[in-house]
Amino acid sequence: MTRSLLLMGAALLAPGLAWAQEFQPTNPECIAPAAPGGGFDLTCRLTSQELNELGIVEPTIRTTNMPGGIGAVAYNEIQASRRDDPNVIVAVSTGSWVNLAQGKFGRFSENDVRWLGAVGADYGVLAVPADSRFQTLDDFVAALKEDPASVAIGAGGTVGSQDWMKAALVAQAAGADPTAMRYLSYEGGGEALAALLGGTIEALPGDASEMLGQLEAGEIRVLATFSDERLDGAYADVPTAKEQGYDVQWPIVRGFYAPPDISDEAYAYWTNALTELNASPEWQQARAEQGLYEYSLVGAEFDAFAKQQTASFRELAESVGLPTTGE
Amino acid sequence: MFCSGCRCRAALWGCDVEALTSLAYGFSVAATPFNLMLALVGAALGTAIGALPGIGPINAIVLLLPFCFSLNLPPESALIMLAGLYYGSGYGGRISSILLNIPGDPGLAMTTIDGYPLAQQGRGAAALAISGIGSFIGGTLTVVLLTFLAVPLARLAVSFGPSEYVALMVMSFALLSTMGGGRMAKTWAAIAVGLLLAMVGIDGGSGVERFTFGSLELLGGIDFTTLTIGLFAVSEILVVVEGLRTGKVAEFSGGERLRTPEVIRCLPAMLRSTGIGFFAGILPGTGAAVASALAYTAEKRISDRGTFGKGDMRGLAAPETADNAAQTASMVPMLALGIPGSGTTAVLLGALLLYSITPGPLLFTQRPEIAWGLIASMYIGNVMLLVLNLPLVGLFARLLLVPYWILFPAILALSYAGVYAATNSAFELVLTTIIGVIAYGMRKLEVPLIPLLIAFVLERLLEDNLRRALSLSDGSPVILFTSPFAIVFWLLAALVVLLPLIAPRFRARVRDLSEGEES
Repeated sequence: MTRSLLLMGAALLAPGLAWAQEFQPTNPECIAPAAPGGGFDLTCRLTSQELNELGIVEPTIRTTNMPGGIGAVAYNEIQASRRDDPNVIVAVSTGSWVNLAQGKFGRFSENDVRWLGAVGADYGVLAVPADSRFQTLDDFVAALKEDPASVAIGAGGTVGSQDWMKAALVAQAAGADPTAMRYLSYEGGGEALAALLGGTIEALPGDASEMLGQLEAGEIRVLATFSDERLDGAYADVPTAKEQGYDVQWPIVRGFYAPPDISDEAYAYWTNALTELNASPEWQQARAEQGLYEYSLVGAEFDAFAKQQTASFRELAESVGLPTTGE
Repeated sequence: MFCSGCRCRAALWGCDVEALTSLAYGFSVAATPFNLMLALVGAALGTAIGALPGIGPINAIVLLLPFCFSLNLPPESALIMLAGLYYGSGYGGRISSILLNIPGDPGLAMTTIDGYPLAQQGRGAAALAISGIGSFIGGTLTVVLLTFLAVPLARLAVSFGPSEYVALMVMSFALLSTMGGGRMAKTWAAIAVGLLLAMVGIDGGSGVERFTFGSLELLGGIDFTTLTIGLFAVSEILVVVEGLRTGKVAEFSGGERLRTPEVIRCLPAMLRSTGIGFFAGILPGTGAAVASALAYTAEKRISDRGTFGKGDMRGLAAPETADNAAQTASMVPMLALGIPGSGTTAVLLGALLLYSITPGPLLFTQRPEIAWGLIASMYIGNVMLLVLNLPLVGLFARLLLVPYWILFPAILALSYAGVYAATNSAFELVLTTIIGVIAYGMRKLEVPLIPLLIAFVLERLLEDNLRRALSLSDGSPVILFTSPFAIVFWLLAALVVLLPLIAPRFRARVRDLSEGEES
C-alpha cells in the first residue's frame, strides 16, 4: 500500500507530468495483435478502459485487432508504416519475446521498439477436458515419456511459441523429447479452447485467466499451474507444477510497447500513464477480476526486462532444438 | 432458478418448459422501455452504419463499444444494443449490395448476384423487401433453435475437427465452381486467384513471408475491405463510366412492388437456407460468408431454370436468409460455451469481459439477465428491423434516382474513406485502385469475381485446418477421409463437380435407350 502510494506520488510529482502536458495523444490507439477474444485483446481493452475512466489518458483509446503470427504482423506494421506514431501502443506478452528470440518477427529484433511497461501478469496452466484420461501432471508426463506423439496438444500459438514452450518444458523436465510432441497451432485462445472441448486436442497449455470460466463451470480440469506459488480463487485447489516435482514456471507478463522513433516526451507520457495505472486501486481491482496478478515494471526497468527475457528465451529455444536468431 | 436449457440433461419436455420460463424472464429484461429503446437505437444505427461501403458489423460494434461504457450502461443493456447493431448492420449492408452491386461484408457478396439484376430491372424496392423478409425468417427461426437447443448444438459444433473443416471447405469450393455456369475454367481461375491473394503476408504458422516481394506494406496481407472495395466498388464504377460513354447504362425506374405470390414462392428457399445458414453459423470460424455461399449455390442447384443470376427472387432470398441465420447462429457457441464463433461474437465476448463477466458455460446460471435478456432481445430485434426496414425500402431504392454524377463520386469517396478507416494506410488506397482496375479487366473477360472473394475469405480456414489435420496424422492424408461428416462433404463435393460432366451423357443415353425402344 505504501509502495503504491509512493508510486502514485511519484507519478504526480515527477517532472514527467510536465512532459505529459506537453504531449497529448490525439485519437490514441491500442493494437491488440491477435483476433478479438484472446489475451492481447483483453489487455488492450481493459487497459484502455481504465486509462480513460480514471482520466489518466483523456481522449478515448480505441482498440484495433491486428491478428497474425502472434504479434509478428503488428510488429512489422509498426516498423513499416508507423515508426514515429506517438498515438499508438501495442500489447505485448511473454509470448512475443519468445517469438522475437526465434526470429519470427521478420528481420526486426527486441531493440527495434520502445518497451513501455507491464500492467500485470498471468500464469501458464495445463488444461485438459473434464473427462480426460489424465488426472494429474504425472499422468500427462508419463504419456509423453512413453510416446511424445501420442498426445495431441494444441494452443493459440505456433511450434516454438510460449504455449508450446510450456508443454516443452514439462516434457523436458520429464526427460522426453519436446520436438517429437504432436502440436496443433490455432490463432488465438478461443479457437484452441473450442478444439479442446470438442476433443480435437487432448491438452491445452493456456493462460490461467483464459481458462477461468471453463474451470469454474467444470468443463475442464487444470493439471498444474506454472507459478511459483498456488494461485487463488478457483485455482486454489490446483497444485503448481513445482509441487508435483517439475520445476516449470511460466509467468505471462502483459504490457505494451511503442514505435521506435517516438519522442522522449511521448515515451514519458505513456510510461507515466502506466505507472499511474498500476498504482490505482481501481486498476488493481479490475486486474484481479480478470485473473491477472501484479507485475508493475515500467520504463527503463521494463526495457531491460524485455531484453533480458528475449535473450533467455533465445537460450531456451536453442536448448530445445529450435532455430533462433542467434544474436 | 432460471437455469436454462443448458445444464439440463433431463427429459426433453422438462427442458423445453424450463427454456420457456427462462425466455419469459429474458423478455422481462429485454422489454423494459429503456432496453427496447436501446435495441431500436442499435438496430437503426446498425442499418445506417452497415449501409456504408466497407464497414461491416465488427467495425460497427467496435465503434459503438466505448459509448456503452461512457454512458454507464448495465452489461445486459449494452449487449442488447450491440446485438441490435450487429444484425442491423446486416440489413444496412444489403442496400449497397442490391442497389449498387457493392457488398459491405463477406456475407453479402452472394446478395449482389441476383439482387443487383433485380435493381437494374427497376425492382430495387421489391428486392430490398424480399431480402428483409428472408433475413427476418432466417434470424427468427434461428433464435427459436438457439432458445431450445443451444447447448447440444454448440457441443456438436466444437466437435468438428480439422478434417471436417477441410472437407467442408472443399465442398464449398466445389459448389462455388458451379456458379459460373458453363465457365467452369474461369471460375476455378478466380478461385485460384482468391486463394493466392489470401496467402500474401506473414504465414501465421511459421512466420515465413509469402508473396510480399520485400514490401513491408504487404507483410500484413491484403485487407478484406481493400479487396472488396477494389473488386466491386471501383470496378463497378469503371463499368458504369464505360456504359455512360457508350450509352449502355441500365435504367432504374420505380418498378413493381413485391407481390405476395413472389414471397410464397421464395418460402421453400428461405427454409432451406435457414438450415444451411444455421449449420454454417454455429461452426466456430466459418460464419456468414460460408453460409450465404453454400445457400446460394445449393439453391441454384435445386431451383435454377436458367433464371439465377438474372434477377431471380429465390437467388436473392437464399443468401440473405442464410446470412442472417448464420449471424444469429454464431451466438450459439458464444452463449452456450463462452467460445467466440466469429469475429463479431468475439468482440461481443470482449465486451462482457470488460464488464468483468466471465463468459463461459455458467453465464446462463450466474447472469441469466444477460444470457436470456440477449436471447429475448434477438426476437425483438428481428421484428424491429423488419418493421423499420419494410416501409423504408421505397425510400432506399430512391437512392438510385440520384444523378450518376453525384452518386458515383460520392460512393467512390465513401469507399476509399472506408478502406482508410479500416486499414489506416495510404498504401491500401493505391492497392484498392490496382485491384479495381484488374477486376474491371476480369469482368470484361467474364471471369466471375464472387468466387474470388469467397475463396479469399475461406483460404485461411482451409489452410490452417489442413495443417492441423496433417500434423495430427503425421502427414498422412487418410485422416481427411475418416470421419462420417467429412466423408459426406467429400461425396457431395465429388457429386457437385462430376454431375454436370456425367449428367448430359447419362441423359443422352436414357434418351437413346427410350428412342430405341420406341422404334
